Amino acid sequence: MSILVNKSTRLLVQGITGREGEFHTRQMIEYGTNVVAGVTPGKGGQVIEHDGAQVPVFDTVKEAVQETQANCAAVFVPPPFGCDAVFEALDAGVTGIVCITEGIPTQDMLRVYRFLKESNGWMIGPNCPGLISPGQCKVGILPGNIFIPGNVGLVSRSGTLTYEIVNELTLAGLGQSTCVGIGGDPIIGSSFVDVLCWFNDDPETKAVVMIGEIGGNDEEVAAQFIKEKMTKPVVSFIAGKTAPPGKRMGHAGAIVSGTSGTAQAKIEALQAVGVSVAELPSEVPALVEQALVS
Amino acid sequence: MKIHEYQAKQILAKYKVPIPAGDVASTPEEAEAIAARLGKRVVIKAQVHVGGRGKAGGVKLAETPGEAKVMASQILGMNIKGLTVEKVLVEEAADIAEEYYLGITVDRAARRNVVMVSAAGGIDIEEVAATAPEKIAKLHLDPAIGMMDFHTRILAEEAGLNPAALRPASGFLKALYKAYVDVDASLAEINPLVLTKDGKLIATDAKINIDDNALFRQKELAELREQQEEDPIEAEAHRRGLTYVRLDGDIGILGNGAGLVMTTLDVVQREGGKPANFLDVGGGAKAEQVTNALDTVLLDKNVKGVLFNIFGGITRCDEVAKGILEATATMNIQVPIVIRLTGTREKEGQELLRGSNLIPAASMQEAARKIVDLVEAP
Repeated sequence: MSILVNKSTRLLVQGITGREGEFHTRQMIEYGTNVVAGVTPGKGGQVIEHDGAQVPVFDTVKEAVQETQANCAAVFVPPPFGCDAVFEALDAGVTGIVCITEGIPTQDMLRVYRFLKESNGWMIGPNCPGLISPGQCKVGILPGNIFIPGNVGLVSRSGTLTYEIVNELTLAGLGQSTCVGIGGDPIIGSSFVDVLCWFNDDPETKAVVMIGEIGGNDEEVAAQFIKEKMTKPVVSFIAGKTAPPGKRMGHAGAIVSGTSGTAQAKIEALQAVGVSVAELPSEVPALVEQALVS
Repeated sequence: MKIHEYQAKQILAKYKVPIPAGDVASTPEEAEAIAARLGKRVVIKAQVHVGGRGKAGGVKLAETPGEAKVMASQILGMNIKGLTVEKVLVEEAADIAEEYYLGITVDRAARRNVVMVSAAGGIDIEEVAATAPEKIAKLHLDPAIGMMDFHTRILAEEAGLNPAALRPASGFLKALYKAYVDVDASLAEINPLVLTKDGKLIATDAKINIDDNALFRQKELAELREQQEEDPIEAEAHRRGLTYVRLDGDIGILGNGAGLVMTTLDVVQREGGKPANFLDVGGGAKAEQVTNALDTVLLDKNVKGVLFNIFGGITRCDEVAKGILEATATMNIQVPIVIRLTGTREKEGQELLRGSNLIPAASMQEAARKIVDLVEAP
């Protein structure tokens, strides 16, 4: 079992003929993801062939969905077209959207979020590595070879830091149900709470690893949720303990403004509700093992 | 991206948000001429990207054009928190009846734009929000509806503004919200918002920050970015297309991915070291990319050692190692470099580094400890 994506995911790739889009489409096919369609306006009629798969390219998402019954979209388009691409997928009735694109303006995302909440779909990202249910389906740019199937759910605002921790989990024999990179932007489609909620309802997920960082208060909101609703143990790591205030540390959302959004505040909020917070990424597997035993 | 008060006011003027009459000056003579043209008492304000300029003596009142010239000569060239004042804004002094606070920004938690109004003007909004949140009227706006007249009435009433402000507040707030959305602002703050004795609302100060992600469609505003006010190495790094933040330590830090680099800074400090920078090399591992990044880190002459922390995912560790070896072979590097490679094909990557003068480390902690020891050694 898993959350959001699995063997029955029928993936559509928006921006499939772009450099990143095409490269990662091939990677996803190799991983075993069922990529059923691609969309690039003006490139309809082309076919992307890889590893025995033939992926037809369409001009619009509407047409792609009609022809292939795609139910999930991976967005690889450049930032100026990101907002339009997400709206197009939602409009065409695609229920799952994974937006990899980095650099979408915040005001665009506010409109997207408003529309998303009125729809019955879910969205991961933008500015994220995507998600993977090991052994079943990968949507995004994550390196599939480091993941193994199992019972640990993982949710993170970061990319490579996630891989670092997943790698440690895998080496310790702790497989994963689903790993979700929710993205490093200030406004994202799914927050920690959304993903924790899905993991809470997934019978195969026995424990959750939550990787946060400075900026905003999503971790604090998650702590409240964990206290009130979460029935499974949560282990956490928070990046940016020593980041200076006012500086944007790479991710648009990773900024301490005044006294809000500090790593210390997040760690304290999580510890207060019984979450084990690792000091170092390498401590995460042991904490997960402890959590699974108790 | 921050812009100056006078630039923010140019945006406001375009959207018909009332601002005091005035202009920007680079010399005392220009300031005198502007004051003469206005023919009234004027305020002279330093244009720098830092707060607290009033306390630093960067804001002065002048009764006559002659006085304006003297005051401008005192403020121009002044150093405020490390920044030199190169321009002053000379504008008509408002006839103040009351001072309010008005701000529009993105509320991340609510995923909406939020408008904040307070009858307590000239305040530090963060402090008031922490100590007396009831003094701030807040309203989240639905992006599909925007700011309506009734919103402005609710805000004015809940903030307890003078009833005389109710009518002008409607036009003012709607115009400011339109400007905020149109220019892709992440913050538009009018503090103080002045109610004049003749019942008008005027933005006597204005602060607008622009969303960096939107600069591709705000080309005119993108040109306002001032290199001189940035740290010179940060400015050079941005020209090279790198995500670099300068810090005040002596250990250069590079890695791939924002979260991983942030964690590396934390681990280095935990081991007693002081990071000199944050640098996200990004995906891929071409020698050219590595050279560019390493060279940028070494522009900072405080750097006595470098820590490279890489997670090899789709780009494998052996490819990364090759890129680093190729890059360092062409550069004349005088400081120790510790490299930690983890992930796909890490053994092969570490094998390649053996025999080079690059110092390998098996874990992030070990890498941090090694570079801290090397930098501290005499």
